[in-house]
Amino acid sequence: MTELATRSIVIERLMPHPPEKIWRALTETQLIGEWLMKNDFKPVVGHKFNFRSKPMPHWNGVTDCEVLTIEPHERLAYTWNNSGDEAANGLKTVVTWTLTPVSGGTRVRMEQSGFRPEDSFAYEGAGGGWPHIVAGLERVAGGLN
Amino acid sequence: MPPVPDHLFKTLADPTRRAIFERLIRNGEQTVRELTDCSGVSQPAVSKHLKVLKRARLVRPRAEGRSVHYSAKPQGLAPLIDWMSLYGAFWRDRFDLLETLLKRMDK
Repeated sequence: MTELATRSIVIERLMPHPPEKIWRALTETQLIGEWLMKNDFKPVVGHKFNFRSKPMPHWNGVTDCEVLTIEPHERLAYTWNNSGDEAANGLKTVVTWTLTPVSGGTRVRMEQSGFRPEDSFAYEGAGGGWPHIVAGLERVAGGLN
Repeated sequence: MPPVPDHLFKTLADPTRRAIFERLIRNGEQTVRELTDCSGVSQPAVSKHLKVLKRARLVRPRAEGRSVHYSAKPQGLAPLIDWMSLYGAFWRDRFDLLETLLKRMDK
């Protein structure tokens, strides 16, 4: 599978708060729990932890994570993978937070990369399918109500 | 994370089947014969692909005399679009909660 075949979600927002404060909200277990999910995060590279939320049909509610990058007040990255029975065919993604000081606050950027919808494709000769479908979707979405 | 629309991925993963669907989107209603003429595969193969597309609610058949006309149902793609936008929506919600928390931390 090529890099090209994976998709990312990027969300960027300007927040009127200093990076140091946002960093706390991103890295202190208690604070993370208040806006994201219950967790046993520690700001230590290599630390393995979970996010936990209510199980749903087709989802056990547990996300397997490992801290990849800690650059205080600037950059934080961890893996974001499905767990248990869902691990083998589930999500294998990386969430990266980047904080950039700007006048009046901080630009907060979250990128979740590595979505591989092809993993769900039961087809031979992998490659090419997904970007093609995405390209077609924009055209086709015009037909949706 | 809601169920991944596996059936749609599988249905559209086949290039021939996808080409048939795209042709119906572009050109409107077609008969099996018309679709066969441009697909490079046999008519039974085209019929089989149409059956799979129909099961995924991506095409609709209409009988007229002895022939069946097929048209595309692009709204059948909706679960795929929902699935793709899900994580975007998830993180936007979380960003809102993060901002609420940051405001609270001032106090």
